[in-house]
Amino acid sequence: MEKKELTCIGCPLGCQITVTLENDSIVSVAGNTCPRGETYARKEVTAPERVVTSTVTVLDSSLDTCLPVKTDGTIPKGKIFSCMQALKGITVKAPVRTGDVIIENVCGTGVDIIATKTVEQNL
Amino acid sequence: MRSENTIVIIGGGPAGLAAAISAKKNGAENILILERDRELGGILNQCIHNGFGLHTFKEELTGPEYAGRFIEEVKALGIPYKLNTMVLDISPDKTVTAMNSEDGLFEIKAGAVILCMGCRERPRGALSIPGTRPSGIYSAGTAQRLMNREGFMPGKIVVILGSGDIGLIMARRLTLEGAEVKAVAELMPYSGGLKRNIVQCLDDYGIPLLLSHTVTDIRGKDRVESVVISEVGPDGSPVPGTGKEYECDTLLLSVGLLPENELSKAAGVKLGSTGGPVVNESLETGIPGVFACGNVLHVHDLVDYVSEEAANAGRHAAKYVEGLSRGEAAKTAGQRTVDVVPENGVRYTVPVTVRPDRMDEELTIRFRVANVYKNIFVSVYLGEERVQHRKRPVVAPGEMEQVTIKRQDLLDRPDVKKITIRLEEE
Repeated sequence: MEKKELTCIGCPLGCQITVTLENDSIVSVAGNTCPRGETYARKEVTAPERVVTSTVTVLDSSLDTCLPVKTDGTIPKGKIFSCMQALKGITVKAPVRTGDVIIENVCGTGVDIIATKTVEQNL
Repeated sequence: MRSENTIVIIGGGPAGLAAAISAKKNGAENILILERDRELGGILNQCIHNGFGLHTFKEELTGPEYAGRFIEEVKALGIPYKLNTMVLDISPDKTVTAMNSEDGLFEIKAGAVILCMGCRERPRGALSIPGTRPSGIYSAGTAQRLMNREGFMPGKIVVILGSGDIGLIMARRLTLEGAEVKAVAELMPYSGGLKRNIVQCLDDYGIPLLLSHTVTDIRGKDRVESVVISEVGPDGSPVPGTGKEYECDTLLLSVGLLPENELSKAAGVKLGSTGGPVVNESLETGIPGVFACGNVLHVHDLVDYVSEEAANAGRHAAKYVEGLSRGEAAKTAGQRTVDVVPENGVRYTVPVTVRPDRMDEELTIRFRVANVYKNIFVSVYLGEERVQHRKRPVVAPGEMEQVTIKRQDLLDRPDVKKITIRLEEE
């Protein structure tokens, strides 16, 4: 039996939820006040995922030297740092449109890195 | 420049953009946004994390994406704006004085003004932290700008004072870029940030949140070398002998936001308990035709609420200039005004007064509570009569609350002069 403690993010209440696992399968979920807490806890314990946001360098930009980017969907939490590593040293050239793909299928997650800002070219 | 029916919007951040779009859609023909930065979008441009727009667009956008949607709409509607333009003064008669390098110094005699200047971060000087004055001490927002727009790392080993949302977001951002965040210290026994940020920015990376702790010393001559974090007693002052030294090269301060009031003060706008202007149901300040919305009015937790509030301000401003063009002076004398009074754990309300004749069928009153309360009732009284009594499992200072008032309820009770919003145990 293994117990995992986590804080629900569904509302400001922030219930402390205890998930009990046996051989990687969930035996019980306790401490949540509402059903949303249980749904969150089950997902969080078995396959936690996050959206990662960062920046890459953009050349010929009319404004900043940083282009904000994000994963176009959630990726496994365990791949956050390899995703950050993949973004290191990436340089793009203006103009860039919001939604442009910067890296396809980052770290084999099936999720693309896309631009989150439109940057015009410095003329 | 003389244009008696122009709505001048001070600031092109989320509030200014939404106010401009709404004013335009409600029939205002002459609108001008004045923005001091070199692009529209305000602080959202440096908030590259996601979580914006869940209410407005039913999806989680990053700050630049959220701003981008409003900027596109402003452009599509052909609303004029001036960038790199600093507003220097607003006079009580709504003459806006501004300058930029193209037009030089110029004046606009505005029909209406919408204040959308946003907030500033509370600086170190407002905190009275003892110690030296080395480099390496940043407000969290400054560090955010350096990292997300200019591409600089503010430091390698970091301590953060204050657990407001910007501080939490920066703890994660710094960690992802390779810095070590040793701790987040919070003076209060609870965090001022959203629960989701505590989990996804601190817990995810094993960064400790030290509640009821504060920085009691900053050491280092040229660069921060360490800070001392001490426990704080129930009276809010540090407990002697509890200090622990944390070696670090950087200290971030995320200790609150203050509405930017200089222009409002110069105009003679009365300020209230939100830290920003006192407004009525139309988000109009004490000066007829001067409106306020967004973080300059009160600090919001979600940008969606800023956009919603600003849209209302824009609509009311459009109505105001329409009245002007019909030769209607602002008729306020003799009109019934009902005060909105925060009590018993409610820190402030927006608006502060309501004119039933002018209000919409329903009016949202937003407020913040003074502490964390569990299993509490939010009650609304019209005069002495309790008309709403809603149980809440939890309310916290970090999250904005709201109640809705019906116009008909006020019209049905002509003697009521006061709406009270209070927290009650039962």
